[in-house]
Amino acid sequence: MSLYQQLGGEAAVNAAVDIFYRKVLQDERINRFFSGVDMEKQAAKQKAFLTMAFGGPNNYTGADMRRGHAHLVAQGLNDSHFDAVVEDLGATLKELGVSDALIAQVAAVAETTRNDVLGK
Amino acid sequence: MTIIRFQGQDFVYEAPRTVLESLAEHGVEIPSGCRAGVCQSCLMRCLEGEVPAGAQEGLKPALVAQKYFLACRARPSSDLTVALADAEGLRQKARVLAVESLNQDIVALRLKPERPLDYRAGQYLRLYRQADLSRCYSLASVPELDDWLELHVRRIPEGRVSTWVHDQLQVGAQIEIGDSLGQCFYTAGQEGQTLLLLGTGSGLAPLYGIVRDALAQGHLGPIWLYHGSFTVEGLYHQAALQRLAEQFPNFHYVPCVDRASPEAQSLNARVGTVLEAAVSDHRGFTRHRVFLCGHPDMVKEARLKIFLGGASMAEIHADPFLPSGT
Repeated sequence: MSLYQQLGGEAAVNAAVDIFYRKVLQDERINRFFSGVDMEKQAAKQKAFLTMAFGGPNNYTGADMRRGHAHLVAQGLNDSHFDAVVEDLGATLKELGVSDALIAQVAAVAETTRNDVLGK
Repeated sequence: MTIIRFQGQDFVYEAPRTVLESLAEHGVEIPSGCRAGVCQSCLMRCLEGEVPAGAQEGLKPALVAQKYFLACRARPSSDLTVALADAEGLRQKARVLAVESLNQDIVALRLKPERPLDYRAGQYLRLYRQADLSRCYSLASVPELDDWLELHVRRIPEGRVSTWVHDQLQVGAQIEIGDSLGQCFYTAGQEGQTLLLLGTGSGLAPLYGIVRDALAQGHLGPIWLYHGSFTVEGLYHQAALQRLAEQFPNFHYVPCVDRASPEAQSLNARVGTVLEAAVSDHRGFTRHRVFLCGHPDMVKEARLKIFLGGASMAEIHADPFLPSGT
């Protein structure tokens, strides 16, 4: 069974997206990067990100990741902020009762995007 | 052979492609993003035919009800006529039945369309002064309750459409309107849920429709309507709303004004913003369905506060009234 299936597929993404986005918006380390954005559009992006991190269907490429975050890198987005997002993601899954082993797998998928997101 | 009709042209569809892929092969590019049914960039509307199974997963019930679907997920098994989600559809003529003053800035414009408009209370439409001069206004009417369309038009200084409606439009005049648009409306299915509606100024229009629609459809849960204005003079439809509150014990009408005054007190109006009043009346918004209409700053702030207060993003429907020049 794939990671995505083990987590519960699209239903799991839907359950996680509100919790995750709420954590990100309340996280003083990173929420300034989200101020002023259209919340509805942002929620759709969060959902796409979670689907990818859960090992689900997606067509995002490294180039998309770079393009989509370049303006944030210019504002100072760095490794500490990336770590904060991964931490919020882990806390979201913990809240939903996901096992530590699966959380580690999700974090590992998210980790593969680090260099592209940070424009390294 | 399956046909996809788009913008008046027929395109042959071959399985197992998606509508998005199939149109692209014919040289028709539909805006798209993730192509995985997530980002909803490729949202389209089915005008004729059956929405393919699975093509509406993850869409808001309001969108599902109107046959919106995701082109990247749609694999049709029979002919489809489709349109871009933002296509405005057909225009039609409507006759002016009344222009009634609601307060010093806002009039109710009542219209009788040539053919019945297919709409949901809370949606909006485009009102044309000329072919190239139009503005969007929310519908305050409810199709099942009202024989006319009602729009609330606030006078914008130098506004070329609003001043025309206020100063020149006569009863009996023929004007043009566009198709109904927008996702800010009530859908049945969760009769016990709390509905929370926040509006400022003429943002009351769609909320007035949504409240009456929900009550007519038998909504049983509490319905809270907060209408905000600078002063008491800016409020309107108070009498009708208070009557509704007497008739339906689950409906609560809360007028809010920025400044205290004897008039405000006699109306039992709250002093402060609609959001402040809502936050003080509700312990969190975890199970609420929320409708926000009016000033863009209010909509933005309320969306954030109410989401952080526990409401699901999918349950927050908003209609910010964005300025469009004059």
